[in-house]
Amino acid sequence: MQTVKIVVTGPFSAGKTEFIRSVSEIDVVSTERKISAEAEKIKESTTVAMDFGRITVDEDLILYLFGTPGQRRFDFMWEILSEGMLGFIVMVDSARPETFREARSILETFRAYAPTPYVVAANKQDALDAWDIEDMRVALRLDPKVKFLPCVAHDKETVKKVLLELLYTILAEMETSNKS
Amino acid sequence: MALKGNLRDFTITQLLNLVNLACKTGTLVIEGPGDVARISFREGKLAYAQLGEQESTLAAILRRNKKISARQYTILQERAQKMTDKELGLLLINAGYLSQTDIIESLQQYFVAVVRQLFTWVEGLFQFDTNTLTPLDKIPVRMDLENLIIEGSRQLREWEQLSQEIPSLDMSLKFSDRPGTNIRNVNLSVEEWRVVSYVNPKNTMRQIARTTKMNELEIRRVVYALLQAGLVEIIRPGGASVSIQPRAFPTTDKKEQKSLVYRIIDRIRSI
Repeated sequence: MQTVKIVVTGPFSAGKTEFIRSVSEIDVVSTERKISAEAEKIKESTTVAMDFGRITVDEDLILYLFGTPGQRRFDFMWEILSEGMLGFIVMVDSARPETFREARSILETFRAYAPTPYVVAANKQDALDAWDIEDMRVALRLDPKVKFLPCVAHDKETVKKVLLELLYTILAEMETSNKS
Repeated sequence: MALKGNLRDFTITQLLNLVNLACKTGTLVIEGPGDVARISFREGKLAYAQLGEQESTLAAILRRNKKISARQYTILQERAQKMTDKELGLLLINAGYLSQTDIIESLQQYFVAVVRQLFTWVEGLFQFDTNTLTPLDKIPVRMDLENLIIEGSRQLREWEQLSQEIPSLDMSLKFSDRPGTNIRNVNLSVEEWRVVSYVNPKNTMRQIARTTKMNELEIRRVVYALLQAGLVEIIRPGGASVSIQPRAFPTTDKKEQKSLVYRIIDRIRSI
């Protein structure tokens, strides 16, 4: 049995666990704990080690989805999780501009770990106070070439779209490297 | 129990605060990034500081502070080589070259500058030794730590913000592809110009910092300003675009790798 992995990262409460849960065929193996810090109590629990989802592609191949812990104090896990990944997705909460700086920082950190293909997903685009995608692109200082996709983590179709766009980016990269 | 640990867990300002509040006497030795700092305290006050192999004789400090000329410094090096700092200080005062205030102020400025440099250290082993005092041949000062602690806290906060913006110095810079922006029309500081002259996908920010003799905080400060102005972008060293990690696929065969990605695409479409 062959396995490949994609990493889903992003700031605290960006919707990583929900994203994986939407497409995983197993109940997401989640290492969630009750949140202790008052400042971070915008949700009841948070991922402290990783989330783990699975998609069986066929009888020979399994795709694993790993969600990184969102709180910065668990960032020692990031490098371990990024080892050997096919690509990564950075989730950003469109309605919480105060997390944009951290999202950018996480993106830069992952880019430094490995020059792997990635896409950025603007999650919670269904929220009333969600930022416009193009405004977010400027705020996140994303290169125009980077795919930046609207997403609603509990909506399977948008999650599929994000995953597919990452896979198309991976294919495009393979084509480029084959030519050079 | 010995007071020792890593700056990762206990910052310089926290250490200074501890020394200040507990009125500690002793020497704090910190093994930082490529250098060792020794800071002595007496009853919670800063008494002495030395950084690595940096020349910290009284003559060198006075020369740096322009209290003596280059020629006087050379003469002192020749004739007063065997004198301790205390002896040299007395000689200069008695000969009427300098006042006691001149000497103490120069030393204070130098020691503060050493401590300021430590504010940029975010990692390094430290140990506080209560048995080691200011070296006997050196002139101790007596400085309150409160101002340094406040300054250090501010700098630490700035450091944390800049580290979030620019987490890795092993990335490179390139000029933004923004038509109509002419860098010659932008008012840059001397430091910014120095960095701008090395902006090239081949140079990492760490290399630029080394070449321009900036510490990690200074280079981040400059790069952050250039990023905010939209003049530069952070890219991978060498300008290399993305690539697939060697161990990302269970096979090395390119065709099989491609087929594998297509299989995943088909599967996801069918979910």
